[in-house]
Amino acid sequence: MSQELIEGVLASQRRAIARAISLVENDGAEAQGFLAALHPHTGRAHIVGVTGPPGSGKSTLVNALALHFRKEAGLLPQEGGQARTAPKIGIVAVDPTSPFSGGAFLGDRIRMRDLAGDPGIFIRSMASRGNLGGLAWATADAVKVLDAAGFDLVIVETVGAGQAEVDIARTAHTTVVVEVPGLGDDVQAIKAGILEIADVFAVNKADLEGADHAVMALRMMLDLDTGAAQRTMHHGRLMEVVAQSPAAPSNTDRQPGTTSWHPPIHKIVATRREGIAELVDAILAHREYLQNSGHLVRRERERAAAELETIIQQESLRRVLACTDGSQLRELVELVVQRQLDPYTASQQLLATINLLSREGQT
Amino acid sequence: MTEKTIRVLVAKPGLDGHDRGAKVIARALRDAGMEVVYTGIRQTPEMIAEAALQEDVDVIGMSILSGAHMALFPKVVDLLREYGMDDVLVVAGGIIPDEDVPTLKALGIQGIFGPGTTTDRIVEFIREHAR
Repeated sequence: MSQELIEGVLASQRRAIARAISLVENDGAEAQGFLAALHPHTGRAHIVGVTGPPGSGKSTLVNALALHFRKEAGLLPQEGGQARTAPKIGIVAVDPTSPFSGGAFLGDRIRMRDLAGDPGIFIRSMASRGNLGGLAWATADAVKVLDAAGFDLVIVETVGAGQAEVDIARTAHTTVVVEVPGLGDDVQAIKAGILEIADVFAVNKADLEGADHAVMALRMMLDLDTGAAQRTMHHGRLMEVVAQSPAAPSNTDRQPGTTSWHPPIHKIVATRREGIAELVDAILAHREYLQNSGHLVRRERERAAAELETIIQQESLRRVLACTDGSQLRELVELVVQRQLDPYTASQQLLATINLLSREGQT
Repeated sequence: MTEKTIRVLVAKPGLDGHDRGAKVIARALRDAGMEVVYTGIRQTPEMIAEAALQEDVDVIGMSILSGAHMALFPKVVDLLREYGMDDVLVVAGGIIPDEDVPTLKALGIQGIFGPGTTTDRIVEFIREHAR
């Protein structure tokens, strides 16, 4: 079954893609083997993240962006430079899972009805399933499936995000943060978090009063950045902050002025598709900047390192838990609850017994 | 791994814009622990089948009040068959006259729920019949 599914995804069959995303979403050993097989075929798509507060118009913006990219054929120059066809677009839209029932209402498609019937577009709704960073655990894996299936552009829409849902910056190459007028004064704009991860700002609903003020507050925030902060602006503290050593990007002589990126701010009205062309230009400019500045390669390395670390963490935990019977863990939990043991010592004890066991097993 | 989460597409085919009922159902299914993809109103059979395909749902629930169900439901079922999605449970609700029910059931629309049905019954039916 798995081999057939892999071939289906690589051949960009829609049913296979859909089933593959379900497979990675429901996890399990089969998903790991499957993703391992897809890995060599990934790394080609440009991944755009769209995040912002609930009701700021993320889905409507994704709809407008996808329409624009599809209509303006050839905006994304293909490898090799000639074939200028409209990019194929995959969309992953995440909505929150109820912490009480485990169910979810996934309503992002409602705003994307203009995209129905376009064979070059694939939309998948995902529930966050308890993950708190604005994405589901499996979102990055779903993106890999779409990437391997040959989508040139993958747009990831996060759950309505407040201040700290910043996982998207780890997944996306270009993060668009959507703001709307009237959300707060310039003090909000100084706070850490979501505003720091923006590569491009979109101030949506710009026909409402206060749009200029919102733009001003963002601009002020950007102007407050010191030189160092500007360099870390790009996916800031999420990634290893790379201090700008003099030797850093050696290939900048080709493209002077692309060594640092200043997030542009665009006023848009997504429902009327106003300002979308300029926003798309900004996204493409950022993509070019990533390529020319060497950031793309560096980012990819950091992302791979973070991913590997996560997998090792999960796998280690799984193995540790597999080595203990449930009763030992329950006993430790009970001791911790009764304050007879602290959780740090308890975990040391547990790991110590496992070490012992595995050493005994080897002899 | 716990049991698989049931994914449901709730769709409004046809031209009537009354989606209160669909939203009540969607909410009830959500509260029953299902993942509900809602398409919004005025969907063509093509849009519904394509959404079901992309979302890889286990269940499709269609709500219709305009009286066009005998024209639209068979098209959805046909398209699903064409996509190889015959194993998807299809249920319907809204205003569907009794005399149409046998025909629709013969088509493969397994559950038909008229006004007055409790949401509990629909949840139970879906849990029992979803693939």
